[in-house]
Amino acid sequence: MSARNLLWDAAKKCFAIGLIGITVRDRYVSIAAVRGASMSPSLNPLVDEASSSRRSISDDYVFVEKFCLEKYRFSHGDVVIFTSPTDHKERHIKRIIGLPGDWVGISHIDDVIRVPEGHCWVEGDNLASSFDSRSLGPIPLGLVRGRVTHVVWPPSRIGRVERKIGHQSVHSY
Amino acid sequence: MVLRNFRFWAIEGFEKTLTVGKFLCFFHLSSSYLSTSAMAIGPSMIPTIDLTGNFVLVERISTHLGKVGSGDLVLLRSPENPRKLVIKRIIGMEGDTVTYLVKPYENYESRTIVVPKGRVWVEGDNKYNSHDSRNFGAVPYGLVEGRLFWRVKMHFFHPALSSTDTCITFFSVKTFSN
Repeated sequence: MSARNLLWDAAKKCFAIGLIGITVRDRYVSIAAVRGASMSPSLNPLVDEASSSRRSISDDYVFVEKFCLEKYRFSHGDVVIFTSPTDHKERHIKRIIGLPGDWVGISHIDDVIRVPEGHCWVEGDNLASSFDSRSLGPIPLGLVRGRVTHVVWPPSRIGRVERKIGHQSVHSY
Repeated sequence: MVLRNFRFWAIEGFEKTLTVGKFLCFFHLSSSYLSTSAMAIGPSMIPTIDLTGNFVLVERISTHLGKVGSGDLVLLRSPENPRKLVIKRIIGMEGDTVTYLVKPYENYESRTIVVPKGRVWVEGDNKYNSHDSRNFGAVPYGLVEGRLFWRVKMHFFHPALSSTDTCITFFSVKTFSN
């Protein structure tokens, strides 16, 4: 009788923790795993720069905050997680280079493009192997799911993910 | 003695706060994974949703499972303003060929496109006054928030039309057929 009570209590506690955990993960903060080397050297740095296939032993885990989704206010250089426009089940992590109204230069076709209202231009730090706005086009801000602020694993790489203003010239008028 | 009282009230307060917190979490979960509500305002969906404003229920299970299809009314985040939610009808899913009138109030010029992968083509039912995929292009599926399935339509008897009767309000409930 008391064993069943214990079980029932444990089940209720698990349910409550699950409820609170899912709510916090959806609305406030969460942890995400970084796969791929498109954000090297900020995230998942390449061990051997010469061959892009050699990477460190474990993936980086990052701390994602969702408070920015209240007003969708981002700054240049923010690293964000967004749902891919071509497959809603995938998520990508890239850096915001251009905000709505900015003119972004695309080097490989020698052209400038204006980021439309409600969209942003994202690029990975490792331009050689990054699938980003240069192929996908501007990303609607409604697809952004959170902003990366810190690396939390591995312990040797714990620290803030800095906002880096990039190499390109971005003009906002 | 005072310390024991304080401890008792502290535990009581903590448990009550936890209960309220759990209720709010449950509300958040059901609102984001089951069903939520919205107020539909605007002329872009006439005659399906008229100007008197309709209260609609939106279910999220279909969107999470990917079972939304052509002809469904959906609630989606506007690609031009992430803080705005709009209601439109899905005309084509990825891979479909969509033909649309570019400027229906001016001429009969039409254009045909194939909806790219991972995107949907949405249009308002009121083709003459709707800002939709004909303006902002095919919308990525990740912006679709939910599917409309229930509408509460409110009729108001205007007091001036019947001076002797009191103002009567009727609610009529209508489901959306595909």
